[in-house]
Amino acid sequence: MDWLGLYNYWVVIVLMMAGLYILIARYNMVKKMIGLSIFQTSIFFLYITMSKVEGGTAPILIDDPSVVYSNPLPHVLILTAIVVGVATTAVALALTVRVYEAYGTIEEDEIRAANAAEQDA
Amino acid sequence: MKSYPRQRHRVLQVVTRLLVPFVLMFGLYVQFHGDYGPGGGFQAGVIFATAFILYGLIFGLQRTRRVLPPSVLRWLMALGVLLYAGTGVVTMMLGGNLLDYDALAHDPLHGQHWGIFAVELGVGITVTAVMVSLFYGFASKR
Amino acid sequence: MMDQLPALQVMLPLVGAPLIILLRHPVWSWAFATLVSVLTFLVSVALLLQVSDGSIIRYSIGGWEAPTGIEFYIDQVNAGVALLVSGISTVVLVYAYESIKRSLDSSRHYLFYCGWLLCITGLIGIVITGDAFNVFVFLEISSLSTYMLIAFGSDRRALVASFRYLVLGSVGASFILIGIGFLYAATGTLNMVDLAARIPDTESPRAVLVAFSFLTVGLLIKAAIFPLHGWLLNAYHHAPVAVTAFLAGTATKVSLYVLVRLFFSVFGTEYSFGQLFLNWVLLPAAVAAFLSMSLVAIYQTDLRRMLAYSSVAQIGYIVTGISLATQTGLTAAVVHIFNHGMVKTTLFMAVGCILYRTGHAHIPSLDRLMSRMPFTSTAFILAGLGLIGVPLTAGFVSKFTLISALIEQGWGIAAGLILLSSVMAVAYIGRVIYLILFRESRGPAVSNEGYREVPISMLVPMYSLLALSLYFGIFGGQSLSLAGSAAETLLRGYP
Repeated sequence: MDWLGLYNYWVVIVLMMAGLYILIARYNMVKKMIGLSIFQTSIFFLYITMSKVEGGTAPILIDDPSVVYSNPLPHVLILTAIVVGVATTAVALALTVRVYEAYGTIEEDEIRAANAAEQDA
Repeated sequence: MKSYPRQRHRVLQVVTRLLVPFVLMFGLYVQFHGDYGPGGGFQAGVIFATAFILYGLIFGLQRTRRVLPPSVLRWLMALGVLLYAGTGVVTMMLGGNLLDYDALAHDPLHGQHWGIFAVELGVGITVTAVMVSLFYGFASKR
Repeated sequence: MMDQLPALQVMLPLVGAPLIILLRHPVWSWAFATLVSVLTFLVSVALLLQVSDGSIIRYSIGGWEAPTGIEFYIDQVNAGVALLVSGISTVVLVYAYESIKRSLDSSRHYLFYCGWLLCITGLIGIVITGDAFNVFVFLEISSLSTYMLIAFGSDRRALVASFRYLVLGSVGASFILIGIGFLYAATGTLNMVDLAARIPDTESPRAVLVAFSFLTVGLLIKAAIFPLHGWLLNAYHHAPVAVTAFLAGTATKVSLYVLVRLFFSVFGTEYSFGQLFLNWVLLPAAVAAFLSMSLVAIYQTDLRRMLAYSSVAQIGYIVTGISLATQTGLTAAVVHIFNHGMVKTTLFMAVGCILYRTGHAHIPSLDRLMSRMPFTSTAFILAGLGLIGVPLTAGFVSKFTLISALIEQGWGIAAGLILLSSVMAVAYIGRVIYLILFRESRGPAVSNEGYREVPISMLVPMYSLLALSLYFGIFGGQSLSLAGSAAETLLRGYP
């Protein structure tokens, strides 16, 4: 089996795992968002890789039947997913700003401690 | 956001003044040439917004807000979505399905052209407004 | 115009949302949102009537026929779920006015109602679309607006709850996105009917398997099925209570619908449950869910948190029904989706009424609430009995069907465990009912005298939903026959 031929998919896997790891292992909310963004980017990459056609060009309609196109549909789908990703990041960062205003920290363990202290009081 | 004294960053200010019109122009090109080549509302909206964001970074939030006040942005955001959705409603009223652009003109080709034009314009307006207001929102914090 | 109803179902709230941004007035934006929600509800009633004879509506957007274009696919099952979403949204919106007026600064009301309309756009869109990628898009529309709605909670912990839900929800949605990508790679189509036709003879069964796993995990997160339910507790606890009432009745139910649709219609019953033993994944999770969560609910001191745990347990019942993959089991699941949606929304609305007057939902200080807020207390007690599954309530119908489905299948132990979990439900609901009805207040009398009944605009929606759930309890045969034909449609797959 040609392992290097699947180069792109290896990159996808590495990025995906790195993103998930950051998401799980870090307490800082901004770092969590970085992890989530890397994770989402790896999915975009997966879609784009899938749509690649050997020797294909940009899918612009011309009157030459011999031209090979890349599959445009995954690109369009991923454009939507990128916009969704931007929106998610924006909402998350807005929440982070408000959490910082409310708690004075964006470390989740410190927030948990603050909540626990509030509960006891 | 700190507002820098005007004497410093002279180079940046001059370059920005020169760049902004071209960025806006390129945004419009990507928007309206999207029918024939790569481009479209999302990309154009973001490019258009970067002009305002660049201006805001160099000249400060106050001056940018005078050019494009947040209240206008709110209108634009809603207007873009309404333009998109309105196109859908108009096609439904003209007897087609939702977003069936063929119904917009007698010639289906023209109908498709007008439909995609309106929809992409709506997308572009909303994306610009959302991007700039995101910048305002985060930049105005301390 | 009747042909355009499927489009209107989604377009009404979608157009309504930006108009509310332009309106900006706190009262008018509420009135307008309610109007839009009522219209959406009427459209879903009309759609359900159109498909109630078993016919199917396929509406191609932009006039592009499926599988090339995107289509809305409406049959008995999803017309019913759309009706549930728009109905609960309407009822809770009427209720929300007073509750939100008290808890939210009036300059932000319009944002709240705009987010609400976007949320129902997303939820209804997920339900009626026939395109796999559209499911993801609508899912994100509803999720993003849900994060926003949760963050409107008055407590600062609402922000953290919203952020946690955002992280987990995005991971879940991303998993669904990966799954859809692999499905497309394996079959070359995104239309759900077309997918169902092409999956059996795909050239790359392994890609389908990967897609199946990713979609399952993603949807398990979104539907808050047992080990992946962590986001739900804090979100339900700290969100504005009107939002909780709405989400408890709709959001997880819509995810469960997608789960059912994918397993039974797209992948096929044979593939999901025959080849991949999905029931051995779902059933243990479901049993663990209702046992452990009912147990934990007994020890909660906050009413909202108790009901949140109970929600996870009730989702466990629904999943048990799904994992049976038989006609009776699926009927029980479908009927419980509806019954639990109504009952839990009523309960959270009652909690909202208590919060409205007392400012907290601390269980030990609810004593003798009956004498102070008789209508709210009665509603809570009746809905609580429905949650336990006392005969003549909606909960009884679905639990009875579920238990008979389990016995039919020879899984008597699981049926016994459901009874055990119901006993625990008696414990946690019964405890609250006891406090409300009988207990004399201990210690110095808290300033209880001022409590009055809540405004009529909160009571009427609560009681109308309660009456509906009681109706479906007393005349259980009707809802069972409707759910039975829905289950039949699901098991048959796409025609």
